[in-house]
Amino acid sequence: MNVPTVADLAAKGESPEILFWIGCAGSYDDRYKRVTKAFVKILNAVNIKFAVLGTEESCTGDPARRAGNEFLFQMQAMSNIQVLNGYGIKKIVTACPHCFNTIKNEYAELGGNYDVIHHSAFLQQLINEGNIKLEGGGSFKGKKITYHDSCFLGRANNIYEAPRAVLEALDADLVEMKRCRTTGLCCGAGGAQMFKDAEKGKKEINIERTEEALATGANTIAVACPFCMTMMSDGVKNKEREAEVKVKDLAELIAEAKGLN
Amino acid sequence: MIQQILFFIVLAGAGYLIAKRVGFIRSTINLGKKADITDRKDERLRNVLLVAFGQKKMFKKFIPAFLHLFVYVGFLVINLEVLEFIIDGLAGTHRIFAPYLGGFYTALMNTFEFLAVAVLTACLIFLIRRNIVRTKRLNLHDLTRWPRMDANIILFTEIILMLAILTMNASDQILQTRNDHYTATGSLFFSGFLLPLFQNVETSTLIIIERFAWWFHIIGILAFAVYVTYSKHLHIFLAFPNTYFAKLEPKGKMTNMPVVTNEVKSMLGLADANASATVVEPGRFGAKDVNDLTWNNLMAAYSCTECGRCTEQCPANITGKKLSPRKIMMDTRDRMEDVGKSLQKGGPGLNDGKTLLNDYITKEEINACTSCNACVEACPVLINPLEIILELRRYVAMEESGAPPSWNSMFQNIETSFAPWKFSPSDRFNWSKES
Repeated sequence: MNVPTVADLAAKGESPEILFWIGCAGSYDDRYKRVTKAFVKILNAVNIKFAVLGTEESCTGDPARRAGNEFLFQMQAMSNIQVLNGYGIKKIVTACPHCFNTIKNEYAELGGNYDVIHHSAFLQQLINEGNIKLEGGGSFKGKKITYHDSCFLGRANNIYEAPRAVLEALDADLVEMKRCRTTGLCCGAGGAQMFKDAEKGKKEINIERTEEALATGANTIAVACPFCMTMMSDGVKNKEREAEVKVKDLAELIAEAKGLN
Repeated sequence: MIQQILFFIVLAGAGYLIAKRVGFIRSTINLGKKADITDRKDERLRNVLLVAFGQKKMFKKFIPAFLHLFVYVGFLVINLEVLEFIIDGLAGTHRIFAPYLGGFYTALMNTFEFLAVAVLTACLIFLIRRNIVRTKRLNLHDLTRWPRMDANIILFTEIILMLAILTMNASDQILQTRNDHYTATGSLFFSGFLLPLFQNVETSTLIIIERFAWWFHIIGILAFAVYVTYSKHLHIFLAFPNTYFAKLEPKGKMTNMPVVTNEVKSMLGLADANASATVVEPGRFGAKDVNDLTWNNLMAAYSCTECGRCTEQCPANITGKKLSPRKIMMDTRDRMEDVGKSLQKGGPGLNDGKTLLNDYITKEEINACTSCNACVEACPVLINPLEIILELRRYVAMEESGAPPSWNSMFQNIETSFAPWKFSPSDRFNWSKES
């Protein structure tokens, strides 16, 4: 797999058109690494001059900030900004809505000004500009897909339509859950909940959301966030439906439809 | 003349009580930290017009929004009649506008009567929703006895006030046919239905009924105006400034802490030469009590009318956790009131041994938040409970190191491995070599 690092390019006196920010889940989580790879395949297929930071990347600090540790967040932010500014990075794409939100909205006042785009909006652009052509939608034509809104894309940044536009390009039958877009129910992992057990209650949030997703009758639950991916996959397993219901990221669906696997 | 003097006393009394209470509310809001919100005036004004004046966000739920619109328009329009009441009361006149406005007065009175009936109907339906149908968000645990009673008092009072208007107009219409003192209003449609009730009543009794209804209505309105300043109903005024001062940035953006920025910069040797010129007063990290929140967080607490649209959307609350964004706002307000009352009596105020965190809002509540912004999105008047939750978390994590153990491990992982999980940083790029 051709994955150039920014350092590689810099050694040749070059710089990337766009930096692909992988995020911690995309780097370490076995399930989300598949999303990272699917997106790299797409980037390679459309011949975009991209690069990654490789081992120079580091947590954006989002979970620390949401859990209240502002010091740790700012330490992470400052060192990331130093690396990014050091390489003169202007444009960043990421498949993680949390990284996206933090770098786009929170790095600016700490000295990091970049044009940040989430991979859903990036894929939508590629499709709109004809760089990705999906003749007949491939294997997803007419199949029921439901999209689970990520809070950090949706309410946090008003991105509701880009992921849906990507799914529509698959010619799939997009079915909505009862709670969607502005009223979409959280998967339960935001605000650093990913990193601790839930407080005492009647039910796990991801089970509530998975039940809603399963009620649509869709066999594919599309997600656009690593935490949503984990929570929804766990939910489907909990309901013992993993044999017929798949949780997939937008990039995986596009890569699959394009036969890039 | 006696009536005029009495009226003046009642009016002045109500004015005094309201002014005193407004002063109190202002002082509790001023317990909050300074925040400069003077930017983007056009967008802010737009929010006031669309969200507060135009009720835009209310219409996500059509039926309550529609009924609420009647009460809201009724409130705005019927207040025009209160102006006539006040002039009449002070000058000793009766329906002073009627001779000047003629046919328009009749139209105006009929409009008021239509609205009075609409308000009455809406409030009746609201009472039924609250107490008989028991709409879920209006019957959750976070609404304890007083908030429930407060809501019922408001609805009940509005119904009684509207009935007083209709009674007054009905008796007045009959008196117009019997006595010249009563200026002709023209025929009034809705109170017309009440005429048979009063047709056979003696003139002297009718005069008493009309006067009683008049006094009852105006004293009722003034008493209600005083009551509102103690009640959740304060939203009728504060919704406007609250939407004006609401956050305009993307909901996902957290407020920066410049104090921390300065410290981190100097730790990393990045401090600019002129940094010392802009010393930020250190204070507490995050919020433990109401004085650690900004004044607009505090004003938001007074703007909340406890409708529960936030709590109804909260994923933690839906799944049975203790967190309720509505309760966050109610607790903040309760704390402000308690501190304010204590200070008023020369008491210890903030130093009464209690704090917003722990004594009003527990860690269990704030730890359950997923920062999903569902509550923020749901609020019809742009209140932001999430900001308060995150400030409280900042205090717990930074001042007490009291975050849940799993979060402390996550912090440690980020510090040592630069990822929230314990992986070696040198393995970060291994995925590119895997098939």
